[in-house]
Amino acid sequence: MDADSPENGKPTPVVRVEDLVKTYHMGSIDVHALRGVSFDIEKGEMVAIMGHSGSGKSTLLNLLGCLDAPTAGSYFLDGELVGDLSDDALAAIRNRKIGFVFQSFNLLARMSALEQVEMPLLYARDRQRRKRAEEALAVVGLDDRMHHKPSELSGGQQQRVAIARALVGNPSMVLADEPTGNLDTATANEIMELLALLNEERGITTLIVTHEADVAARTQRVIRMVDGAIAGDDRTAPAEHGT
Amino acid sequence: MSIADGVRLALRALAANKLRTSLTVLGMVIGVAAVIALMSLGAGAQASIEANIRGTGSNLLFISPGVQAQTGGRFVDVSATTPTLTFEDAEAIRDAAIPGIVDLAPTRNTNASLVAGGNAFSTQIIGVTPSYAEVRTFQPQAGRFISEDDLRRRARVIALGQTIATELFPGQNPIGATVRLNNQTFTVIAVMEESGQATFQSRDNQALVPLTTLQTRINPSRTLAGDDIVGEISVTLADEDEATIEAVTNEVSALLRLRHDVTEDDFTIRTQQDIIEALGEVTGTLTLFLGAIAGISLLVGGIGIMNIMLVSVTERTREIGIRKAIGARRRDILGQFLIEAVLVSLGGGIAGAVIGGLLATFMGGVSFGGRSLEGALTPEPVILALAVSVAIGLVFGIYPANRAARLRPIEALRYE
Repeated sequence: MDADSPENGKPTPVVRVEDLVKTYHMGSIDVHALRGVSFDIEKGEMVAIMGHSGSGKSTLLNLLGCLDAPTAGSYFLDGELVGDLSDDALAAIRNRKIGFVFQSFNLLARMSALEQVEMPLLYARDRQRRKRAEEALAVVGLDDRMHHKPSELSGGQQQRVAIARALVGNPSMVLADEPTGNLDTATANEIMELLALLNEERGITTLIVTHEADVAARTQRVIRMVDGAIAGDDRTAPAEHGT
Repeated sequence: MSIADGVRLALRALAANKLRTSLTVLGMVIGVAAVIALMSLGAGAQASIEANIRGTGSNLLFISPGVQAQTGGRFVDVSATTPTLTFEDAEAIRDAAIPGIVDLAPTRNTNASLVAGGNAFSTQIIGVTPSYAEVRTFQPQAGRFISEDDLRRRARVIALGQTIATELFPGQNPIGATVRLNNQTFTVIAVMEESGQATFQSRDNQALVPLTTLQTRINPSRTLAGDDIVGEISVTLADEDEATIEAVTNEVSALLRLRHDVTEDDFTIRTQQDIIEALGEVTGTLTLFLGAIAGISLLVGGIGIMNIMLVSVTERTREIGIRKAIGARRRDILGQFLIEAVLVSLGGGIAGAVIGGLLATFMGGVSFGGRSLEGALTPEPVILALAVSVAIGLVFGIYPANRAARLRPIEALRYE
C-alpha cells in the first residue's frame, strides 16, 4: 500500500510532523500549545505520548487526528501533506485513515454495538458494512454482544466496541486518548492487552495519549511532552514488526 | 451516507423522543388540517353557488338594462337609473326569430307584502310570462302555471313558492285560496316546486304573477315612450357553444341598438358563465383568505419544528462530534437533521390532510344558519398542503441542520 520513499529506501512513515506549531488566541493572550514539534512514526509502531495536562499532548492528538489544523508546520499522513484542507476533506481523511478511541468511549446511547461499529462504514458508503462490522467485533471478542446497547455493556466491553469501531475502516493508525482512564485496573489491563495484541498480530500503528506510566510501559516508544515541546523520545523495545 | 440510511437514522432519532415528536407533528397536523378543511369548504361553497346558478335553467343569456361594468369581480351598475329594456323589446327579439334562440322570458321584480288570514309575508314578487317556467326550469308542484290567457286578461292570479305557501297557509291546500297584495285579492293558482338554495334569494321565497298584472295593477313603470319596462329578459339558447352565444349576442345587440336608436349599448348581455365567473372571483378570494388564516397555524407549526430541531441539535452536540470524528461530512450531518425535520413536517402534513379531508366531509352535513355547508375535497389543496409541509420542513429545518453541520468536532466532542 505504501510507496517506498525514494531517498532512503525505507517505508514512508505513517506520521511525519515537522516543526508543528499551534497557537490559540484566548482574547488578547496567545496560548502556545505546541512550540515546534517534529517526529516520525513508522508503520506498525505502538507509541505513547505522555505529559501532564497543559503539556500540549491533547492538542497534538487533535492535530494528528485531523480534528484541527496547525498554526504552522507540516503534517504528512501516509506521505500525504495534511494542509489547509476543507472540513469535508478532513472528514474524509478521518474516515479512511484514522480510528479514534476515547477516554469516555463516545458511543451513541441508542445504537447496538453492531450499529456503532458500522457507523464509519456508513459514511464511507461501504456496502458490506454489516459483515465487516461483525468481523471487527469478533476481533475484539464481542461476537456474543453485537446487539447490546452501551447501557447493557460493561465499561470494558464498551471500550472494546469503540476499538472495533476504530478498526473497522482499516485505518492507517489508531489514536487512543486515555483509553483506560475510565476503567478499573483489571479492565484497563485487558484493554491494553487488546491494543498490544492488535498491534503485534495485525501490525496496527497505535498512538496512545496517556499520563499513566503503566500504560506507557506497554508500548515500545514513549514521547514525553513538556510545555508544548518534546522533552524525550525513548524506544523501550525495538520497533521491528513484520511489515 | 445514502438517503435510505438517512431516513432510517432520522426515524430512530424521532422514535427516541416520542412525546416530543408527536407534539411537533401535532402542530403541523393542525395547520395542514385547517388549511385543507377551510379551503375545501371554500371550494364547496363555490361549487354549490355554481350549481345553483346552473339550476336556474340551462344555456341562458341574461339581458338587463343599463351598462354594467365589471370591475374586480363586482358588477357596478353605471346607468341603472335609466331603465331602457321593455316588454316590447322582448317581443321584438322573439319576433326576429334569431337562430339559436329557443325561448325567452321577460321579468320584472317588485317587493310587496302578501297577507292571507292572519299571516303576512313580505317578499319579492316577480312578474313573469308563461315561458318563464320552461326558461328558468321552475315548474308548479301543484296547480297550473300562469297562462297566456292570464297574461292577456291581467288576471289577479299568483303562484307561490314553497316557503310562502307553508307560511301563509300552514297545513292547508293553498290552491284556490286568496291572498291580499296591495289591497287587491289574488287567487292562488299554483305552488311551485321546491328549488332549494338560490344564490342570493331562495326561489322558495318568491311569488310569481303575470307580468302584465304586475305592470298594470301592482307597480306600473313605463318609459317616456309609454312602453312597459322589464327588469331582465332571460333567453334560452339551443346550445352552449361559444359560436351560438356570440352570434345570438351580436344579433340581439344589433336589434336592441336599432330599437333604442343608440350607438352605444344601453343594455348588458351576460351568460351564465359570466355570472359564475364573477361570483367565482368573490368566493375564490374568500377561499384564499380562509386559506391564509389557516396558513398562519401552518407557520406556527413550522416554527415549532425549528424550535425543537434547535433543541435537538444542542442536545446531540456530542453525538454530532462523534459522528464528525469518525468521518461524517457536513452534508451528512446536514442531511440527517434536515431529513428529520422534513419527516416531522411531512408526517404532520399527511395526517393533517387525512383529518382535514374528514373534517371537510363531516362539515358538509352540518348546517349553519339554515345554509348547509358543503365541502368539496379537491386534490389541489391536498397536494398543495403536502408540498407546503415538505417546504416548511426544509425552510425551518435548514437553520438548525446547518448549525449542526458547522459544529467543530473538537468542541462538539468536549460538550457535556
